[in-house]
Amino acid sequence: MAKPKIATTSLAGCFGCHMSLLDIDERILKLIELVDFDKSPVDDIKEFTGRCAVGLIEGGCANEDNVHVLQEFRKHCDILVAVGDCAIMGDIPAMRNNIPLKECLDEAYLNGPSTYNPEKIIPNDKELPLCLNRVYPCHEVVKIDYSLPGCPPNADILWQALVALLTNKPLELPYELIKYD
Amino acid sequence: MSEIQAEVKKICQTCGNDRAKMMDIVRAVQQKFGQVSSEAMNLIAKCVGCHRVEVESVVSFYAFLSKKPKGKVVIRLCNDVVDKMAGVDAIAEAFKKELGIDFGRTTPDGKISLEYTPCIGMCDQAPAAIINDEVITYLSTDKVKEIVADIKKHYDPSKLKHRLGDGNNADELVHSCVHNGLRKKGQVIFADYKSEAGLKNALAVSPVEVINVVKTARLRGRGGAGFPTGIKWQFTRAAAGEKKYILCNGDEGEPGTFKDRVILTERADMLFEGMTIAGYAIGAENGILYLRGEYNYLRKLLEKILQNRRDKNLLGKNILGKQGFNFDITIQVGAGAYICGEETALISSCEGLRGDPKTRPPFPAQKGYLECPTAVNNVETLCCVTRILEMGAAWFAESGSKGSPGTKLLSVSGDCKLPGVYELPFGVKVKDLLKDVGAQDAQAVLIGGPSGQIIGQNDYNRTICYDDLATGGAVVVFGPERNMIDIAAQYMEFFVEESCGYCTPCRVGNVLLKKYLDKILAGKGEPEDLDILQKLGESIKLTSRCGMGQTSPNPVLTTLKNFRKNYESKVKKVSDGMQPTFDIRAALADGEAIAKRKSVIFTK
Amino acid sequence: MSDQITFTIDGVSIKGKPGQTILQAADEAGIYIPRLCYHPELAPHGSCRVCTVLVNGKPQAACTQPISEGMTVENDTPELKEHRCNIIDMLFIEGNHFCMFCEKSGNCELQAVAYRLGILAPKFSYLFPKKDVDATHPDIFLDLNRCILCGRCVEASKNVDGKGAFEFVGRSIEKKIAVNAEANLKDTNLAVTDKAADVCPVGTINKKRTAFAVPIGKRLYDKKPIGSEIEERKK
Ligand SMILES: Cc1cc2nc3c(=O)[nH]c(=O)nc-3n(C[C@H](O)[C@H](O)[C@H](O)COP(=O)(O)O)c2cc1C
Ligand code: SF4
Ligand code: SF4
Ligand code: SF4
Repeated sequence: MAKPKIATTSLAGCFGCHMSLLDIDERILKLIELVDFDKSPVDDIKEFTGRCAVGLIEGGCANEDNVHVLQEFRKHCDILVAVGDCAIMGDIPAMRNNIPLKECLDEAYLNGPSTYNPEKIIPNDKELPLCLNRVYPCHEVVKIDYSLPGCPPNADILWQALVALLTNKPLELPYELIKYD
Repeated sequence: MSEIQAEVKKICQTCGNDRAKMMDIVRAVQQKFGQVSSEAMNLIAKCVGCHRVEVESVVSFYAFLSKKPKGKVVIRLCNDVVDKMAGVDAIAEAFKKELGIDFGRTTPDGKISLEYTPCIGMCDQAPAAIINDEVITYLSTDKVKEIVADIKKHYDPSKLKHRLGDGNNADELVHSCVHNGLRKKGQVIFADYKSEAGLKNALAVSPVEVINVVKTARLRGRGGAGFPTGIKWQFTRAAAGEKKYILCNGDEGEPGTFKDRVILTERADMLFEGMTIAGYAIGAENGILYLRGEYNYLRKLLEKILQNRRDKNLLGKNILGKQGFNFDITIQVGAGAYICGEETALISSCEGLRGDPKTRPPFPAQKGYLECPTAVNNVETLCCVTRILEMGAAWFAESGSKGSPGTKLLSVSGDCKLPGVYELPFGVKVKDLLKDVGAQDAQAVLIGGPSGQIIGQNDYNRTICYDDLATGGAVVVFGPERNMIDIAAQYMEFFVEESCGYCTPCRVGNVLLKKYLDKILAGKGEPEDLDILQKLGESIKLTSRCGMGQTSPNPVLTTLKNFRKNYESKVKKVSDGMQPTFDIRAALADGEAIAKRKSVIFTK
Repeated sequence: MSDQITFTIDGVSIKGKPGQTILQAADEAGIYIPRLCYHPELAPHGSCRVCTVLVNGKPQAACTQPISEGMTVENDTPELKEHRCNIIDMLFIEGNHFCMFCEKSGNCELQAVAYRLGILAPKFSYLFPKKDVDATHPDIFLDLNRCILCGRCVEASKNVDGKGAFEFVGRSIEKKIAVNAEANLKDTNLAVTDKAADVCPVGTINKKRTAFAVPIGKRLYDKKPIGSEIEERKK
């Protein structure tokens, strides 16, 4: 029987959640026995090659590309997991959520105390994805099946959750693993 | 000394520099300066000896008070559900156009402010507005033009010209266009009666005997909760405490309720007689009538009636020769807060505090106004008392139904031919009431206001009484074309605004209920949302701190129950895993505008 | 009057003293009733509603309801747990709780109760309101993004410190904590040694220069759920 596939991505995140995933140490070998990686920065596969059992999402949606990728994940994955506080509630990027986008860009590129930008250019190459008016937690864009909190979630919660999901066991997480920081 | 210093000092002095008179002080300052400014807060705090932030705490609570300056003229347009049905949106547009400002704004010359306000107790003559203290009813777009032109001549709403209403509305002290709209007089409140006979009968027996008469009549509170009045009085009388108080709840804020307005206009003497009897029964020397700010136009009349009663020794010392029975009544005017109708919030407000409900126990009967034993009764309840003492308990119990003796004033409005106040015996069938008011085609009826129930045709055989459909008086009729989910959402909007914010479930939960309803109304609802609404509503009801949160989910829960099909036909199962509420166009609008280019990923 | 009152919580017989609330008697007996706004040294506020229990079938806040002889209290039931989770979710989404950089994280009572109830993510969407931060005071800063309106600071400043540095202003979802000054905390007489500076259950009232002193793993609620200290009283 073919191994189930998982896919992972980092949207508006810091890759910390992916680091945490790698932090499962030697259990990564067991993971490889359980699953194949499809689209993921781990193996650098850029496009989905087929249907996946589980998609792990790090980060919320700050720009249009994030939305697009997240929607692709939803289309290709049976179970979608919001991994980490950014995916769950937007987190640090979402601190801009009650400030208008224009003000955010001005502060970042023009007015910030540490900004050096004599030409007063706000990057706007057509290759750059457009910013959203605010950062959207993943569940506001697509249906999310599970959330694993933490910033980042520690390796053990990711491991236990993945094993449970891949082996169809209920998700029962011990107290010490549920952390929002 | 600057003008503001001198004025604020004078106002505080008139109120005896008394912290407990805070409501009167801030109302007076607001009236004088169109705001209670930061400077005024400091001055008031100094005069009454409290912290500045306490003044701000009060001012920020009430809709009619503001820290920011408001115009000399404040137009408050009622946006209650019934007014919406009567076309208030067009009226709103007319006001915006005539004044050149949006709601929540003041004209550039600082003279006129335009605001919305929830139910002002004029549903039977909607659309209506209050301009400072003047009530204007039956608004039309033409009338708006006239009013604005008229006001711009003098900026004095009391000079507005209008046809006077009936009865005491035409009294020179009221001088209002409000109509009583009294459609049906019953045997108790609006029957002819012998004034002061009840009081004389009461003073002829002992206070305990008076309480017994009220108990025998099985009188229950008319304000909504239906607590037996005699028992409440017994508790208050028995409670330890030198001073006791009787408070009359004239807040009448439940949307769709306007029956106390008619009592206050036409039966104030009966009410004050009832308060005096209550004072005698519980051993109180002071009574307070809490008059909602919206009814301030009745204040001068009520003050005059009180003075007449003092002149006739119906108030004051040794009333009607009864040695040792001293009693007087003062009026406390509110400032726009529905929650102040809740009895402990009403007490807070009378004490000059924010209208936060108090923690129970202790109950008001044990520790109420200024920590003294206090009985709070509705306007109509106290009128019943007068009649019971006049005619006897047996007479009272003759009308009405078994568990609910007497009559009930119903204020009927909405989609019916004959809106107004009906005094009917308890036990009347909804069906028969609908026939009386000319609304046989009603799709739904709201009984008891939004904190009551919205029922559908299957329930029209039910009866209005404490044991079946209880009501503080509101009956709002909805015709066949009304969208009941939209109606529920509008009522939730009301609760969102009026929550005192003290406790979590009511403060936040109502916001969430409203959001889910809006989602469904936008055509984005999913079947799960109905379960969420149900569960959330139950959580709010079960965990809220006072009667408000304990009933605020009712518009949702009762429509979910009685109009489930409407909801079911509005929700759709989502099969593509996308979130129907996510709107990529709205999310990208700012980004596209700033970058001056269109998305190439999301082209539609 | 008897000096002992007997009643039951979830079928367990408890003895309490006259004048005690359900919460006080339960605490002494080693039974944890989840709560947030309650502080043992302050008058109960009864605002969070997390401690809602059923008393003879009727909902009551355990922190304000006095005990009485023979009453039956239901506390640890699936229904009440669901209501409590709903309330905790509401408290999260009405504010902006970025735990990962919050000075209080690990010692925060809101977070801890959420952990104990096993909440992985709030089931409602965040409202992302705009809230103020006030860092003007030399020793204390105020971050209203995290305030749960528990009233502890108001009560402590008014009735313990005798200062009245805090009060509630506004109503509905706009209700918030304000300071006794025209604008800034620095213009109040709040001192870092005040009770009011010590009682905030969340990361709203913080003492400057004290943050992140305890490493992760050693903070109050890292290993043991909130309430364990109460349950340990039960022998
Ligand atoms: C949110 C809320 C609003 C209320 N508004 C009113 C009101 O406007 N008038 C009133 O008489 N009772 C109102 N009540 C009921 C009062 O709390 C109280 O039960 C009543 O005034 C007692 O008088 P009664 O026993 O004569 O009815 C309200 C209750 C709640 C919870
Ligand atoms: S239920 Fe709570 S928030 Fe709502 S009005 Fe009552 S005390 Fe205030
Ligand atoms: S106050 Fe508590 S819940 Fe809020 S951000 Fe800080 S640690 Fe998290
Ligand atoms: S600042 Fe802290 S103590 Fe004060 S009300 Fe808010 S959460 Fe409670």
